[in-house]
Amino acid sequence: MTQDSLYIIASVGLFGIGLYGVIAAPHILRKILAINIMSVGVFMLLVTSAKNVNSTPDPVLHAMVLTGIVVAIAGTALALFLAGKIHALSEASDEDSH
Amino acid sequence: MDSLLNPDILLPTLVGLPLIAAILTTLLKSHGLRASISIAMALTQFMIAAALLSWLSGSGTSLETQYQRYSLAGWGAPLGIDLAIDGFAALMLMLTAALTLVLTVYSRYYFFEPHSRLDKTARFWPLWWLLIMGINALFLSGDIFNIYVTLEIIGLAAVSLVALDGSRAALTAALRYLLVGLLGSLCYLLAVALLYRAYGTLDLAQLSAVAEPTAITWAALVLITTGLLLKTALVPLHFWLPLAHGSAPAPVSAILSALVVKTSFYLLARLWLDTLAPAATDSGLLMLGILGAAAICWGSIQALRATRLKLMVAYSTVAQLGYLFLLFPLALPDEDARGAGLSGPAVSAIGYFIVAHACAKAAMFLAAGNIMRTFGHDEIARLRGLAKYMPLSLLTFAIAGASLIGLPPSAGFLSKWLLLNVAIDAAQWWWAIIILMGGLMAAMYVFRVLNIAFTSVDEEAQTEPKNLPINKLPTIMSLCAFLLAMLTVVLGFNAELILDLVTVGDDV
Repeated sequence: MTQDSLYIIASVGLFGIGLYGVIAAPHILRKILAINIMSVGVFMLLVTSAKNVNSTPDPVLHAMVLTGIVVAIAGTALALFLAGKIHALSEASDEDSH
Repeated sequence: MDSLLNPDILLPTLVGLPLIAAILTTLLKSHGLRASISIAMALTQFMIAAALLSWLSGSGTSLETQYQRYSLAGWGAPLGIDLAIDGFAALMLMLTAALTLVLTVYSRYYFFEPHSRLDKTARFWPLWWLLIMGINALFLSGDIFNIYVTLEIIGLAAVSLVALDGSRAALTAALRYLLVGLLGSLCYLLAVALLYRAYGTLDLAQLSAVAEPTAITWAALVLITTGLLLKTALVPLHFWLPLAHGSAPAPVSAILSALVVKTSFYLLARLWLDTLAPAATDSGLLMLGILGAAAICWGSIQALRATRLKLMVAYSTVAQLGYLFLLFPLALPDEDARGAGLSGPAVSAIGYFIVAHACAKAAMFLAAGNIMRTFGHDEIARLRGLAKYMPLSLLTFAIAGASLIGLPPSAGFLSKWLLLNVAIDAAQWWWAIIILMGGLMAAMYVFRVLNIAFTSVDEEAQTEPKNLPINKLPTIMSLCAFLLAMLTVVLGFNAELILDLVTVGDDV
């Protein structure tokens, strides 16, 4: 097994684990983490593809990974903010009912 | 003046202008200034889109089905990012500009609460303009990775706008929408990675020249389709849509239903019928059509069962999205047209359908928003006697509903007529049955609301709690909704304006 195919299998594996997590995980934080695992899988595939045996690595793919990371951070931040707000609101309504 | 109409200036301006508006509305402190700038920007955008359109139809012969391209900063593909436009994209841009204009005016009144300490407009305008920028950029994009970025801009801005209300229901709907959106974009990004690995280019035009029916192209197409079907909310992946569209503020619901779900449909059409056409199998196209038919039935049934007006309109979107997917099987006989740009009778019919549905659905959501604002609720069962208090909003709802059903002389009637013609020409009459049945079911859920609204309330013998208006509605809000509804009628009489555009360069 070459190094390349090892990376590809690993990245597809990460994507699959993440996908399973998003669908099956009960807690919202786990779902958000699972989305991040999925994106790590995709980034790994992109970085692996950038490898060029005879010359310098492909910069386009590196730029794509950087953009992807920025997008993933923005998405995660928004998801965490929304989850935190929902949590705070549900705690407040619990206190009201007591 | 001639140099200003140059597409090299117009194309990037359509992306840059909303971005500038987003920055300005973030910086400005005064509510009035933010609103005036937004309306001015929306007007400018409308004029730019119109200029682009007139330029495009003026140069019809040179277009064929080929893109008009513009390389950002002079860097061409494959290294640089290209903007590209054809007839279908231009139609979508014009629709976006027109809806933005009406909805911007409406939003100025919708979000303005003079005595409220929390100024919602400060949050609304920047997000609104980011969303418009994302939509414009997506339609103009000629590069699959750039499209991924625009999908994310649209997704993040739309989620934040849904959450604007701050209620628990809205936040929960927004979070679910966000997770679905991220999941969809990651599937799309994985497909982009596969395509770049296989072909070494991200450019749509270059991809369509080199794409071959290999296993990798096919896998990429499946991933893209899964991701974008999630975002388009086609049955059975529609579970997030009714809550998200039903809990958002009225102008946001309107743009989500009218445009945002169609951006991902636009991409699907572009990739299946044009860029990756070699890998598109007949059974795949048929499968998309069958899912569309299922969406028409399921969405209509749920709309009939909905207890809240906005939820009903949202389920109606699920049903109407199903019609769009009939494009795929109906494009089947056009073997030659596939892979040679988006054109042909099926594409024109769907383009017209998108415009008709966008105007009608936006009008309906605005009317529902007006009703909700006036009465403080939107429960269908409690809308008795509505005709007495809000005749104009109800008329709007009725006209938009007539277009959804497909009654003449509305645009909805013509779009269904065109679809039926295409279905008969393609010798696929079974879709015609679905189209007619969908119209019948739409009639049932629209008349259910109208029936209740026109039932007069016997004031004396009333046992249930009184349903009286609690808020006064600015007249301009009713007028905005009415204008959109009238647009469906006007377009019904002037169909050739739109049809000529989609087939631009097709029949010369």
